[in-house]
Amino acid sequence: MDIVYTIWLRSMKRYVRSKSRIVGSIAMPLFLLVFLGFGLNSVVSATSLGQQYVMFLVPGMVAMSVLFTSVFSGIQIIWDKQFGFLKETLIAPVTRLEIMFGQTVGGATTAVIQGIILMVLAVLMGLRIENPAGFFVALGFMILVGIAFTAFGIAIASRMEDMTGFQLIMNFVVFPLFGLSGALFPISSLPGWLEPVTLLDPLTYGVEGIRYGLTGVSQINPIISAAVIAGFAVAMTVIGAYLFRKISV
Amino acid sequence: MTIAIHVADLTRRFGDLVAVDRINFEIVQGEIFGLLGPNGAGKTTTLAMLSTMLEPTSGAAQIMGIDIKKDQDGVRKAIGIVFQDQSLDEELTAWENMDFHGRLYRIPRETREQRIDELLNLVELFDRRNDIVKTFSGGMRRRLEIARGLLHHPAVLFLDEPTLGLDPQTRNHLWKYIEDLAKEKNITIILTTHYMEEADRLCDRIAIIDHGKIIALDTPARLKESIGGDVVTIQSPDTSKISTALSVPWIKRLETHDGEVILTLENAEQHLSMIVTRLNEEKVSITSISVHKPTLEDVFLSFTGKTIRDEDISRKDAMRMHFRMMRH
Repeated sequence: MDIVYTIWLRSMKRYVRSKSRIVGSIAMPLFLLVFLGFGLNSVVSATSLGQQYVMFLVPGMVAMSVLFTSVFSGIQIIWDKQFGFLKETLIAPVTRLEIMFGQTVGGATTAVIQGIILMVLAVLMGLRIENPAGFFVALGFMILVGIAFTAFGIAIASRMEDMTGFQLIMNFVVFPLFGLSGALFPISSLPGWLEPVTLLDPLTYGVEGIRYGLTGVSQINPIISAAVIAGFAVAMTVIGAYLFRKISV
Repeated sequence: MTIAIHVADLTRRFGDLVAVDRINFEIVQGEIFGLLGPNGAGKTTTLAMLSTMLEPTSGAAQIMGIDIKKDQDGVRKAIGIVFQDQSLDEELTAWENMDFHGRLYRIPRETREQRIDELLNLVELFDRRNDIVKTFSGGMRRRLEIARGLLHHPAVLFLDEPTLGLDPQTRNHLWKYIEDLAKEKNITIILTTHYMEEADRLCDRIAIIDHGKIIALDTPARLKESIGGDVVTIQSPDTSKISTALSVPWIKRLETHDGEVILTLENAEQHLSMIVTRLNEEKVSITSISVHKPTLEDVFLSFTGKTIRDEDISRKDAMRMHFRMMRH
């Protein structure tokens, strides 16, 4: 545990010092929330949502900031590889598993903090969390999404030599996962043939879970959401740990 | 005398390439031992195997009696490493880099903090302890890495090209640290270098390594003695004629290399005029002529038939050095 804590501590120190990254990764979901949320609020028919579109969008944007921050945190191992710091960690008398867990917990923590910052901004913009317990439900889902996608990032970083593939992963894996997740629109409004695809997207369950927590409404039963995203988080951690074990510098 | 490192027939292959070819040596505790050779000779590969970063293809090695194959964690606790490439977290302060290392090696808090202060003082970075490493110069980073490598009180310190890419002044400074360290802490140091002066100045014993094989192993003084006299270097446009002109018994060895002829003989100063006279008689023109006591460079040349000068550095090293300079 002390090793996991050590690596977590380093992630936190780096996170707190990277003001530009904190602001940068909050900006995108925040702008989307403002532009899409307020811009489309009157255009989008709210009947199927049972709420205003902008409020429907908040959980999606929270999920988005958690998703992007966590994938990025995981992939950052490539920087450590390139700047040589990974060697310092790998040569220490500690197991790879401890290092990987430390990175995962660290990445998930920064991702969840980013999500909370967005949530606070949403509250300032008028979001009302109906049930205080709902906040903790949402938080639980954010943690699971954070763990799953940091581990996903680590898995990818373990197989990549440098950051050149990063944009590819972002455009062809992360963005589609986000787009199909129902973060921007109710999954029931998609054409029938696309619905099964969204149900295959693990992030869908994360978004639905956070939405249930924050607004009390969701299209998927929150218990199912919790089970799926928790299962996905465990699977990604196992895969990430396996690939990280074979990382070479 | 305790044996700190014992290496027996250590070998590493990469496909068809034999990077390290059945090397053998023993290092006594408290010794500074140098692996000297050109780039790609197998120095770093040897260190990587000894530090458990790389599995040997065959052969064995023990560090402080601990087998590198059987007890990796044991070896890792017994050694400290300064890698060829920088391995600090530039976003953290000097103190935090040390603290991270101390925690990884599970040093209890009180001991850890006390040692960090002590070591930062030793490498004269205590005043800069709360500065982000990004603001450090190349020499400061190196010193910090050495301090970090010592934090868990290793019995053996590995230094892989410790002064590569540093300016001569910083290099001299760093050499002093390494010498003091070996004296004060009675620590065993194994270092790799392709700088002759570095090996000569720092090392108690040197293994000259080329193409994965150890071709000579002794103290710097005895290696230089093995040349058997002084070295005379003659630069000339017609080097080919020199060997016939100078076929005399008092010249022990004569080698032609890159438009230079290198002679080995005893009491070179006394023979110099004779050499010049003979060459004049044979109408061989001389661009320059110089006499010097043998250096490790001459030793390397006599064993391998090639030089190991800094111009020979590979493209990769040139880039690495360029990077380092860009950073500061």
